[in-house]
Amino acid sequence: MKLYEFQAKQLFASKGIPVPRGEVASSPEEARAVAQRLGRCVVKAQVHIGGRGKAGGIKLANSPDEARDYARGMLGTPLRGLMVKRVLVEEALDIDKEYYLSATIDRTSKRVVLIASSKGGMDIEEIADTEPDSIIKHPMDPAYGPMDFEIRDVMARAGFDPKATRAIGTIARQVYQVMLDSDASLVEVNPLVVTGAGAVIAADAKFDVDDNALFRQQALAAFREESEEDPIEAEAHRRGATYVRLDGDIGIIGNGAGLVMTTLDLVTRAGGRPANFLDIGGGAQADSVRAAIEIVLLDPKVKGILFNIFGGITRGDEVAKGILAGTQSLDIKVPIVVRMAGTNAEEGRKLLEGTNLVPAAGPIEAAEKIIELARR
Amino acid sequence: MSVLVGRDTRVVVQGITGREGAFHAGQMVEYGTPVVAGVTPGRGGSNMTGVPVFDSVQQAVDETHANTSIIFVPPAFAADAILEGAAAGLDLVICITEGIPTLDVVRAVRFAQERGVRLIGPNCPGVMTPGAAKVGIMPANIFREGDVGVVSRSGTLTYEVVNVLSEAGLGVSTCVGIGGDPVIGTTFTDVLKLFRDDPATHAVILIGEIGGSDEEMAADLIAQGYPKPVVAFISGRSAPPGKRMGHAGAIISGNTGTPQSKVKAFGKAGVYVGETLDEVVKHVGLLLPGRT
Repeated sequence: MKLYEFQAKQLFASKGIPVPRGEVASSPEEARAVAQRLGRCVVKAQVHIGGRGKAGGIKLANSPDEARDYARGMLGTPLRGLMVKRVLVEEALDIDKEYYLSATIDRTSKRVVLIASSKGGMDIEEIADTEPDSIIKHPMDPAYGPMDFEIRDVMARAGFDPKATRAIGTIARQVYQVMLDSDASLVEVNPLVVTGAGAVIAADAKFDVDDNALFRQQALAAFREESEEDPIEAEAHRRGATYVRLDGDIGIIGNGAGLVMTTLDLVTRAGGRPANFLDIGGGAQADSVRAAIEIVLLDPKVKGILFNIFGGITRGDEVAKGILAGTQSLDIKVPIVVRMAGTNAEEGRKLLEGTNLVPAAGPIEAAEKIIELARR
Repeated sequence: MSVLVGRDTRVVVQGITGREGAFHAGQMVEYGTPVVAGVTPGRGGSNMTGVPVFDSVQQAVDETHANTSIIFVPPAFAADAILEGAAAGLDLVICITEGIPTLDVVRAVRFAQERGVRLIGPNCPGVMTPGAAKVGIMPANIFREGDVGVVSRSGTLTYEVVNVLSEAGLGVSTCVGIGGDPVIGTTFTDVLKLFRDDPATHAVILIGEIGGSDEEMAADLIAQGYPKPVVAFISGRSAPPGKRMGHAGAIISGNTGTPQSKVKAFGKAGVYVGETLDEVVKHVGLLLPGRT
């Protein structure tokens, strides 16, 4: 789960990480009122996109009226496809230097790495493309956490201004701590600004929370805003299904993430376009299979459904019962192709005989069949 | 011969009294795997389908000389189960549980490493050496004994490729599911090294997917000179960037974890990457020494 900048900054402030003075606003007038208190300010659209500045989502306002006008231009309009519902109005900083600082989980070292660069202010991918040598990465031992000398070394290698390293070192430790405390998978400060007066301030914040840890992060879970998600994904999430919406017209249902992903690949390879990824998981019962059909059909673009089941813990007959329950209770107008192998597949196929469900012997044949049927 | 699990394996099932633990303990016993103990705190002294249950892994190890554990504990407690297994001096801990907070896994991996305990998973189907031991949740009936080592980040996709192998008259030396999480105890590279040194393995099938760079590192290892044929498959070639495809680790973020990078790395290492599992198996059949 991604936090918005203003949420992440609230969290930063509560942990002692310095952030600019500012307030969130959801109307142009509110933005004007905040600007009046702050003076010269920056109006920032609260949406989860990279390159927000280039997309027109960050504007410098010299007067309260200007702040209001910028807010009016952003609020209620989409930025790279995402609706802007709030803006963050913040004091404009007197920027001397812009650095990059983050902590994230590194799959290779299997540790939290501290990442620093003196080329702050652009996307880390952009830095990686243009100035790869400026990126300093250091994995930290989870048994001890960051040691002072390690942080000093990272800052020196990144070429940070020695006058600022004391303050940045403190922030680096706080970033690591907030990552642990909040079960984050990424805490990114970009840019980390050194002001003309020598203060160090987190001018922007990206914060991703590990979904697997939300059960023990109740306070953060409250930040989740369902309306931001795709409505069908939100509904699937409520029902406990692993569903990802895509932009094609062939609904895909299977058991196991790898198998479903491969089914998407096979459909794409055969010239079709998958409408979704839906994994019914291991040991699925008939009702969750029926629910899966319902969820896939919420997408009006779906012109056909492909089931690809390889039974392990999941039983073919149980899946077949779920499919039949779905076709009998729902008014399904699209063709359904079913490929079944593994545990109780034989029994499952028998249950589906004599219905208008189309059997397929293997996954490739299944992909070709559903594409052909959906085109009719 | 085999890798990781075999005739000397003595299994303790952590979380044996839960629904999944009880079911799969039964399945493993039925296959002939020596399941010597179960553990559920507070349930010591009872037994599950003839397997004695202990309160702690240490007790189970002391009483039964278990050397391998398999974990079916719910996600909130599973990392602690890994720590407990590693602290009890087992050789191998296999964690099936999906959904463990990643920072918990980071700590558990570090703890296991320090004690020289190998961790497989989490979020994996386990390890199986056909004809000797099944320490996992895979359907045993699709496996044939043979000389192809299988290593995979995915569960059902593993069953699919094993099934195709069996239909082609080929069999498996050991099948290792390393897991679909971003941080896992044992990687492709680790397992490739084990297969390299295993006389029973004559070829390797590697089933990778989008996300991370474990496949690229495996390709690097092979490029340095690997004595056995390896054939690969990459799942998620059509997945859009930024979308997590079921597995927590299966996501293209920025310019890392793309299928193109993985396919390219294998290509450079001279490893054939099949576009379908049928192609993968066909190719392995051609590369196996002594057969055409």
